[in-house]
Amino acid sequence: MKATSVTLSASKLAKHRRRKTINAIALTLSLAAMAFGLVWLIWILVETVRLGVGGISLALFTQMTPPPMADEGGLANAIFGSLMMVGLATLLGTPIGVFAGIYLAEYGQKGMLGSCTRFINDILLSAPSIVIGLFIYAVVVAPMKSFSGYAGVLALALIVIPVVIRTTENMLSLIPNALREAAYALGTPKWKVISSITLKSARAGVMTGVLLAFARIAGETAPLLFTALSNQFWASSFTGPVASLPVTIFKFAMSPYENWQKLAWAGVFLITMSVLVLNILARTFLRNKT
Amino acid sequence: MDTRIEFPVTEKPKLSIRNLNFYYNHFHALKNINLDIPENKVTAFIGPSGCGKSTLLRTFNRMFELYPDQRAEGQIMLDGEDILASKDDVSLIRAKVGMVFQKPTPFPMSIYDNIAFGVKLFETLPRIEMDERVEWALKKAALWNEVKDKLNQSGSGLSGGQQQRLCIARGIAIKPEVLLLDEPCSALDPISTGKIEELIHELKTDYTVVIVTHNMQQAARSSDYTAYMYLGDLIEFGPTSDVFMKPKKKDTEDYITGRFG
Repeated sequence: MKATSVTLSASKLAKHRRRKTINAIALTLSLAAMAFGLVWLIWILVETVRLGVGGISLALFTQMTPPPMADEGGLANAIFGSLMMVGLATLLGTPIGVFAGIYLAEYGQKGMLGSCTRFINDILLSAPSIVIGLFIYAVVVAPMKSFSGYAGVLALALIVIPVVIRTTENMLSLIPNALREAAYALGTPKWKVISSITLKSARAGVMTGVLLAFARIAGETAPLLFTALSNQFWASSFTGPVASLPVTIFKFAMSPYENWQKLAWAGVFLITMSVLVLNILARTFLRNKT
Repeated sequence: MDTRIEFPVTEKPKLSIRNLNFYYNHFHALKNINLDIPENKVTAFIGPSGCGKSTLLRTFNRMFELYPDQRAEGQIMLDGEDILASKDDVSLIRAKVGMVFQKPTPFPMSIYDNIAFGVKLFETLPRIEMDERVEWALKKAALWNEVKDKLNQSGSGLSGGQQQRLCIARGIAIKPEVLLLDEPCSALDPISTGKIEELIHELKTDYTVVIVTHNMQQAARSSDYTAYMYLGDLIEFGPTSDVFMKPKKKDTEDYITGRFG
């Protein structure tokens, strides 16, 4: 057993060199693309922290949005409104999305209804959120003659549903058929195979989808502009306008008042950090699955 | 139709297959199979890949029905009752005819619940009896000593061989009458294979066992009857010693002596 290198013919060596060159070029291009993407992302994060972290204080969570040029004030009503609307929308959208995803993955894989649902869901998934806002404005806000928190919840739920449908279907399709067959082989009825075996195996993935949907709607502005609008004060009821973080940021950031601008940056920091934490949570969920 | 049974057995048949034809869409995968599978014996199906032995096994519990493009014609009599024509819920047939697959498939739950899952489908047992049943099944599957201290841990944390024995325990815990084993050892090391073969030998006192295997030594060691299949036809069937020592057909002899397949 000698450790000498294998001698290859000249033509093979030439081909090998060519392959190495192509490999080096491809690697360089990929690294450059990654660096380009990361630069902007890190820049955004750094700016958010730089301008936003100064506005973080206890008052931010305890006081209402102030009038222009006031000395104090916070975002309590906006934070509360956002949490409530995003939470309710997720609670409303998750069961619908999970059940529709189950239908697509377990019952309607090939049928006409399944294909149609999948196609429409794909459209809904990529629909601009302002369209959803206008739709809810037309069917809920206009007839009720009032902007309302409930309309905001509906608009956000319409964004949650397609995301959850897609992830649920994908995660269920990843479950090997052997596991389903093993359950059927014991005489398990279909509903129980789905509820106790496949959905349970896919639960980490489904949870991840729900968390990602939650993170997505936490930052949505357009659908709330036409539905929940905004409110300078604590919303005692969801039948009227309700403040939310994104809309408040939109309003305050465009204003000429320094105290509003400062609060807008604090809000941006708050949303970015929550979304970051949610994404990390979602990743941990997925990792624990294996 | 030709209803002649070419290879009759003297024992009482548990499963009688008559004129069975099977189709994947338009592909004719099983061609007019006629066969008796004797009660409380181990019957092995051997043959090269694609010969239809797994397909045949999957008709015995109507597993093929999960896929709309698969179709079986003919009769499969379980104790004289045609299970293909049966109007009963297919779950009831599967409770009588259990199956263990090629790859271990632990359910996403604890070792205890893996066994109890199937039992709970058809029986409501008090906790103490359920504990006994779980212990009985795990002992039967020669797994009890390895897992008795970690029944609450996840089934997927076990080794491949242990997972497969867990699947066998799960299959026998519901006390079926027939146990179908579809290449149960193909993913296992020789030691686990040995344990499962011992288990198969013990199981036949209570169950009718049907095993599909690629391993001819395994068929020779662990079965009482052997069927050799080729391209969807049942070529030869008889007592294992006859099939291996003095096969009647040239095809069978070529296959078991390794000249083919």
